[in-house]
Amino acid sequence: MSPLSAYLQRGVAVRATVAVALLAVALFVLPHTAGADWITTFTSVAIYSVVALGFGILYGRVGMISLGQVALLTIGCWIGTRFAYATSLPFPFLLLLAGGITCVIGVLVGLPALRLSGLYLALITLMFAGATTVFLSVNDFPSGNNGFLGKASTGALTTSTPPVRRPSWAVADVAYYRYTVIVCAILFLLALVHVSTKPGRAWATIRESEPAAIAAGVNITLYKLWAFALASFVTGVAGCLLAAQVGVPRAITFQTQDSLTLAATALIGGIFSIWGAILAGVFNQLLPFLFQAQWGLNPNFLLIIFGAGLLQVLLTAPGGLVDQFPKDMASLARLIFSGFRKLPRARGTEK
Amino acid sequence: MIEVTALTVRFAGVTPIDDVSVVFPGGTCGLIGPNGAGKTTFFNVLSGFVRPAAGTVTAFGENLLKMADYRRARWGLRRTFQTEMAVEQLSIFDNVAMIHEHSGAKRSARRDDVLSAIEFVGLNANPSSKVGRLGARERRLVEVARAVVGRPRVVLLDEPAAGLPDEETGHLSAVIKQIPERYGALVILVDHDMALVSACCETTAVLDFGKLIASGPTAEVLRNEHVIRAYLGTEEEL
Ligand SMILES: Nc1ncnc2c1ncn2[C@@H]1O[C@H](COP(=O)(O)OP(=O)(O)OP(=O)(O)O)[C@@H](O)[C@H]1O
Ligand SMILES: [Mg+2]
Repeated sequence: MSPLSAYLQRGVAVRATVAVALLAVALFVLPHTAGADWITTFTSVAIYSVVALGFGILYGRVGMISLGQVALLTIGCWIGTRFAYATSLPFPFLLLLAGGITCVIGVLVGLPALRLSGLYLALITLMFAGATTVFLSVNDFPSGNNGFLGKASTGALTTSTPPVRRPSWAVADVAYYRYTVIVCAILFLLALVHVSTKPGRAWATIRESEPAAIAAGVNITLYKLWAFALASFVTGVAGCLLAAQVGVPRAITFQTQDSLTLAATALIGGIFSIWGAILAGVFNQLLPFLFQAQWGLNPNFLLIIFGAGLLQVLLTAPGGLVDQFPKDMASLARLIFSGFRKLPRARGTEK
Repeated sequence: MIEVTALTVRFAGVTPIDDVSVVFPGGTCGLIGPNGAGKTTFFNVLSGFVRPAAGTVTAFGENLLKMADYRRARWGLRRTFQTEMAVEQLSIFDNVAMIHEHSGAKRSARRDDVLSAIEFVGLNANPSSKVGRLGARERRLVEVARAVVGRPRVVLLDEPAAGLPDEETGHLSAVIKQIPERYGALVILVDHDMALVSACCETTAVLDFGKLIASGPTAEVLRNEHVIRAYLGTEEEL
C-alpha cells in the first residue's frame, strides 16, 4: 500500500471510530442517564445540527451565505405535517416527501445565488425567511387535521388537534429520540459522502475562485444548485422529524430571527467541519434549555453570548470552536509538558 | 496549432486587444509585452471570461469561442492565473484530481495520472497535505500539475515564475519545456522574465498596447527593434 492511501485510511479510521463511539453514547448511554426533558432537548439538538449542517455546506464549502435555513426547516415541518394529516403514508415516506419538496423549494431559493453573492445573497435569503414566517402564520400553520389544505373548524391550536404521528415503533419520546438520531446520522453520512468526493472538490474550487473553477471545467450553475439541493433536502427531512417531535407545530415556534441565530451558532461551532454542525446544534438547543429550564435564566441573554462568540470566531478563529478547541488543548498540553521538561533541567543548572 | 484572426476586445474606453492576427504553431510559444499589453486579456478570451468584439480563435481546427466556458477544460484547455489559485482547502492530490475529474479522462486512470503529474512537476511533498500549508514555490508547482493533468491540448501559463527566486525559475523552466513532449500539448507562456521565455519558447509573439508588434522565432523577435523600443519605452515611463 502506498504511503498516501495508508495515511488517508488512518485518518478515516480515526474519524469513523470517534463517530461510531459518539453515536453509541447518543443511542445507548444518554437515554438511560438523562431525564425526559433532556431527551426532548437532545432530539432538538440532533435536528438543529442537521440544519447547521446545511448552512455549513452552503457557506463553509461553497461560500454562499444563506440566512433562510430555518425557514426551510419550517417548510419541511409544514410539508411533513400536512402529508401526515392528509395521507396514511409510513413515516419514512413522510421524511422523503418533506425532504424532496423542500429540496425543490431550496433550489428555487438558490437561483439568485447564481447571480448574487455575499451581502446581497444573505439579504435575499433573509427576506425569504421573513416571507415564509408571514405566509405560514397568516395561514394558521399547521391548520389542523383536514386533508392536505383543509383547516380545522375548531382552529389550529385547540387540544382537539391530534399530533403528527410518529413511526409506530418509535412513539415514546426515548424511542423517537433514537429514531431521530439515526436519521440525522444518515443525513450526516450523506453530506460526508458529498464533501469528500467529486462535488465536495468542485465546491471547494468554487469557494476559492469562480474563474478558476470554470477554468477547471466545473459547471458552476450545476454545482451551486446541487449544494442548495443537498442542504435543503437534509433540512426538509429534519423539519419533518421536528413536526413529529413537537406533535402540533405552531407558527410561533419559528421566527425569522432563528435563521440568524442558527447562522451564528453554525459559525461558532465551525462551518468547515461536519463536527462543527453537531456543536452548533448543541449551542442552538441545549444552551437555551440549560439557561431556561435548568438555571432559570432568561434565554435572551444567549443572544449576547452568541454575539460575543461570533465576534471571537470572526476575528481570531475562522474555523470555529471545533477547529480552535483542539489547537488550544494542544498548546495547553505543550505548555504543561514543557513545564515538566523544564523542571529537571532547571534543577540541573542549579547544581 | 492555434490561429487567431482579427481579434479585437473592447472594454469601456480601452481596447486591450486591437485587431490581432497571430498563429501559435505548437510546442512552447511565448507571449510577451509590457504591463497592460493585453496578454491576460488574451488568455481570458481563450478561457471564455471575456467576449471579443470581433475576430475568431481556431484551436486544432475547432472554433474555441463557440464552446461554453466550463466545457473548454473538457476539450483540453488548461490555464494558470497571474494570482495563484490552487485550492487551499484541498490536498495536493485532490487539487490535481479535481481537474482530472472534470477533464473527461478515464476514472480508472485517475490515481496514476494525478500522481505522475505531481511527480512530473517535481513536487516533493506528501500528496495528502493541504495546499494551504505550502509555500509559494510549491503552490506554483501544484498549479502546473493541475495544468497538465488529464490530456491537455492547450496549456496557458500566466506569469508562472512571478515572485520566484532565480534558482527556482530554473527548475520551473525545465518543467515547462518538457510539457509539449510529455503531454502533447501546446503551451503558451506569458512572462516578464526574458531568460525564462528564451529558454522555453521556440517562437514568441509580442503585444504592445493591444497590437501585435512582432512574432516568429524567439531569438529573432527579441532582437527586433520594435520590441526593444516597446520595452525600453515603458522602462523610460516607469
Ligand atoms: N475587465 C476589465 N475591464 C476593463 N479594463 C480591463 C479589464 N481587464 C483588463 N483591462 C485593461 O486592459 C488592459 C490590458 O490588461 P491585461 O491584464 O490584459 O494586461 P497584461 O498584458 O496581462 O499586463 P500585465 O503584464 O501587467 O499582467 C489594461 O489596460 C487593463 O487595465
Ligand atoms: Mg497579465
